Amino acid sequence: MSEAFDILFQTTFWVAAIRIASPLIFATMGELICERAGVLNLGIEGIMVAGAFAGWFTVYSGGDLWAGVLVAAATGAAFGLLHSTLTVPLGLSQHVVGIGVTLLATSLTYFTYRLALPEVTSPPKIEAFQPLPIPFLSDIPLVGPALFAQTPLTYLAFITVAIVAWVLYRTPLGLAVRAAGENPSAVEAQGISVTAIRMGAVMVGSALMAVGGAFLTMSAFNSFFFEMVNGRGWICIALVVFGSWRPGKALLGAILFAAFDAYQVRLQQVTGGVVPYQLFLMLPYLLSILALVLVARRATYPKALMVPYQKGER
Amino acid sequence: MRLEPKPAPTLAVTLLYPVAAVAATVVIASLLVLIAGANPFSVFGLVLKGAAGSQFALMETLTRATPLVFTGLAVAVAFRAKLWNIGAEAQLYAGAILTVVLGTGALPLPAIILLPLMAIFAALAGAMLLLGPAVLKVRFGVDEVVTTLLLNFVMILFVSMLLEGVLKDPTGLGWPQSQKLIAEARLPRIVTGRRLHCGFVLALLSAIAVWIVMKKTTLGYEMRAVGHNPEAARFSGMPVNRILLKTALISGGLAALGGFSEVAGLKGNLTLDLSPGFGYSGIVVAMLAMLNPLGVIVAAIFVAGIFVGADAMSRTAGVPSYIANVMVATALLTMVTAIMLTRYQVRWR
Repeated sequence: MSEAFDILFQTTFWVAAIRIASPLIFATMGELICERAGVLNLGIEGIMVAGAFAGWFTVYSGGDLWAGVLVAAATGAAFGLLHSTLTVPLGLSQHVVGIGVTLLATSLTYFTYRLALPEVTSPPKIEAFQPLPIPFLSDIPLVGPALFAQTPLTYLAFITVAIVAWVLYRTPLGLAVRAAGENPSAVEAQGISVTAIRMGAVMVGSALMAVGGAFLTMSAFNSFFFEMVNGRGWICIALVVFGSWRPGKALLGAILFAAFDAYQVRLQQVTGGVVPYQLFLMLPYLLSILALVLVARRATYPKALMVPYQKGER
Repeated sequence: MRLEPKPAPTLAVTLLYPVAAVAATVVIASLLVLIAGANPFSVFGLVLKGAAGSQFALMETLTRATPLVFTGLAVAVAFRAKLWNIGAEAQLYAGAILTVVLGTGALPLPAIILLPLMAIFAALAGAMLLLGPAVLKVRFGVDEVVTTLLLNFVMILFVSMLLEGVLKDPTGLGWPQSQKLIAEARLPRIVTGRRLHCGFVLALLSAIAVWIVMKKTTLGYEMRAVGHNPEAARFSGMPVNRILLKTALISGGLAALGGFSEVAGLKGNLTLDLSPGFGYSGIVVAMLAMLNPLGVIVAAIFVAGIFVGADAMSRTAGVPSYIANVMVATALLTMVTAIMLTRYQVRWR
């Protein structure tokens, strides 16, 4: 039992937790932006797949690492444009379109992968982002390596949270985004186009989701596998609800979740195969469902979430 | 731009939507074929030949369509009541598990009793699996999209656990697979020497049954009313929550019958690759059918044809068979757009 407790004081555990949290942080921020503007983006899972591939493939084809991140973001934004064109001006069901975008992004990615690499059996590796320890700060015991000896993309994830929070709560643009998700008529009354705000939010959000996917190939596994996103997108949707649509709380949720995920992997080793490993792997998904149940009663959804906006209609 | 409602379209126009959506899909897929360096005409010729070019091809397509009819019906029923069941994949596996549990010798009964018993318990398992998210939705307001999606991942891990544990075939050389069903638990083939089995007939009967329930019964009327406007339904005194739970039971049961049919009719045992995404393709099938139960049959055969045809095509033409998945996803998006465009007039100003 003490072994199970000791895990919490291992440096590698906390390093892993923050690494696992990073892609979730990007994608959760992306979904949060979409939902704050009033659009549920179920394309997230597929967009993460596409981002993972786009980033990896750019580097594999000889591109720079940061170019890979940009290509991933652009790929995500393109799918965001598709999603928002259908859901915002055309007002189609956000559920159906989101699932459609996920299926399309995933299948297009697999198609492109097979087209580009018809013969490979084991996916090729790339020279991925390396850890970039920050002097002094990374020497702090336990917390230092976890927070300050990660790859640049992890730092970018944390910076993204700060930027998203600042834009949402401290700028007129953020006010317009939040209002588009709460009371779109008020936005239109200010002479701002709800359509433009929502479409922009979905594109930016989708770009972040794709960067989250790219983290997997460019900063974690260094290679692209089918099924590698493995439900992370859906977990991020749960994290947005769990974080009550607030960037800070959602960040906390993502880290808690990732810590739990890192913990169950280590607990598997401690229990030594007595408990089937699949039970441990189920835990993150079950935990997400549990989190949804716990917060559901007091969840304050953006009021206009999933409500299409028609100019001049009441 | 703004959208203005149009008068209800005629039947001819209604039937035109899926055709227009499919045409748009073929155009988009042709672009991909061109990028892949192949000739779209010969590629789609091969797809068509692979899907319906011979008796063998046609039988394969109908075999592949069978589980899609079940998952398509499951989605159509649920979406009609605006219950967003994205978990048909998991419910299908739940049905498959029960089929294997009861059909590998635990019940030494004649086929005429055993098969219906297996089907009923399979359907119950799927119904129970969707009842969970439905209860969470009506009791706590938990969004069923996310819960049903997450349960798909839980279920595949659960199946993996069973196949490496209690359901493991001791003679399976370590592969994660279940024992074979006993002869009495197998659904008979329709034509000897072909893979098409009686599960297809069960699928057709299910579609007709669902059509009758949706069109001719009070429950069907209530489900449509709840889907159309839950507030109005509640205001007119309908027990909305109870209707949603009943919808969940029917939907989950239908998807699980797909699992029963695949195991008892086609595979004979349970493996981790029983379903290559039948639950997700079921969403496309249901939307292409505009949620009409009888339309589901046509849409399932169409989607199955794309998959079977693309498999055959990719062996000779060198275009990755994932083009089928791209086409199916594209068809979903073009279809919902087509439906919208015939109900609303887009005004640019």
